[in-house]
Amino acid sequence: MLSKRIIPCLDVRNGRVVKGVRFVNIRDAGDPVEMAAAYDREGADELVFLDITASHERRETVVDLASRCAEELFIPFTIGGGMRDEADFRKVLKAGADKIAINTAALDHPDVIDRCAQRFGSQCVVVAIDAKLVTGEGEEKRWEAYVHGGRTPTGRDAVEWAVEAAERGAGEFLLTSMDADGTQDGYDIDLTRAVTAAVDVPVIASGGAGNLDHLVEVIRDADADAVLAASIFHYGTYSIREAKEHLAAAGIPVRM
Amino acid sequence: MGNLRSVEKALEKVGADVEVTRDPGAVRRADAMVLPGVGAFGDAMDNLRKRGLVEVIREEAAAGKPFLGICLGLDLVFEESEEHGLHEGLGLLPGRVELLPTKLKVPHIGWNQVRIEKESPLLADVEDGTFFYFVHSYAVVPDREADILCTTEYGCRFVSAVEHENIAAFQFHPEKSSAPGLSILRNFAEGVAA
Repeated sequence: MLSKRIIPCLDVRNGRVVKGVRFVNIRDAGDPVEMAAAYDREGADELVFLDITASHERRETVVDLASRCAEELFIPFTIGGGMRDEADFRKVLKAGADKIAINTAALDHPDVIDRCAQRFGSQCVVVAIDAKLVTGEGEEKRWEAYVHGGRTPTGRDAVEWAVEAAERGAGEFLLTSMDADGTQDGYDIDLTRAVTAAVDVPVIASGGAGNLDHLVEVIRDADADAVLAASIFHYGTYSIREAKEHLAAAGIPVRM
Repeated sequence: MGNLRSVEKALEKVGADVEVTRDPGAVRRADAMVLPGVGAFGDAMDNLRKRGLVEVIREEAAAGKPFLGICLGLDLVFEESEEHGLHEGLGLLPGRVELLPTKLKVPHIGWNQVRIEKESPLLADVEDGTFFYFVHSYAVVPDREADILCTTEYGCRFVSAVEHENIAAFQFHPEKSSAPGLSILRNFAEGVAA
């Protein structure tokens, strides 16, 4: 049976992990490759790296990161951060990444999804959607897609955008609730369910994980295929193994 | 693409001496062949033909050189595929390739379990039910049941690995399947070195 996936996310700037980590037996907690390998040993199913280096230097840092990860990491990994076009995809995939996450470029020029999916296969095209609730109380909920790391509203309905991106060949969605992100109050169940009901490709839920029940809820109640989390793992609140045991106890298939 | 570098790095990790090549001479000189591959069946066979690799692989495999196929490299082992029209494969083993006969989402992507159908040194330290990482839309249908090494359940039971004498091939990606995947590659490399 296909398992649900637990995916730690690492923010990387200039080749260094931004948030601190409490791993034992790790020499350099700022080294993304060493951290990633530790997560692999712990049982993480995949990893996502978001490169938040200033945009003019980022192209090189992303390729370098993919290349170094490929040496030490033997689970699938996704890299996102400022990837614009097929040339960027080619370089980063060739360096060893399995998937590329795109957000701003895809909303600016949606046909980049078609071209990359045709060229490299849908399985490596992850469309990241940063969504923010735009409706008031009592109204039917609606979310807007944001770009530039959540700074710029696009006027696009997030769910409609997901449907279009899937038709164009997106192989997976990395769906972040801007409202839930950083709160540790749980994933946005309504948003996640709206997207999983609308598209036929896997959805990774992101933003808001504060405890292990949150992981169960978004998988069970919103049909998420995978859960992404940063703080609860980086700060050592829970180990990957604890998270998996918790999911397994709730009857969710996981790789142990 | 990425797959090639990942396979190279994983084999190096388990101590193999790896050369990525399109040169038929290098294939002849090698102690073993590994055929990875992500992409379309027809394109892959065209590329192998163009580089003069089809005959070399067939001859070396027939001469007993260890062969490891991964993902598309598994499909290519068989005689023909129905992927985007009918295409001739390497035909190292009898059988064909068909679209995954499942009602679930295709491609089948993610971690899924394998059932071990027969004993093999390649799976020496792999437990029945271990999860491996899959990315594929097609599945192989070997003519000989005895060639089936593993099967997997995904809305249907399909063949996820085959082995016959010196030919072994996996639908899943050992190079992306963490420790259990590396152990398969290590067993293969050690078998070659022995």
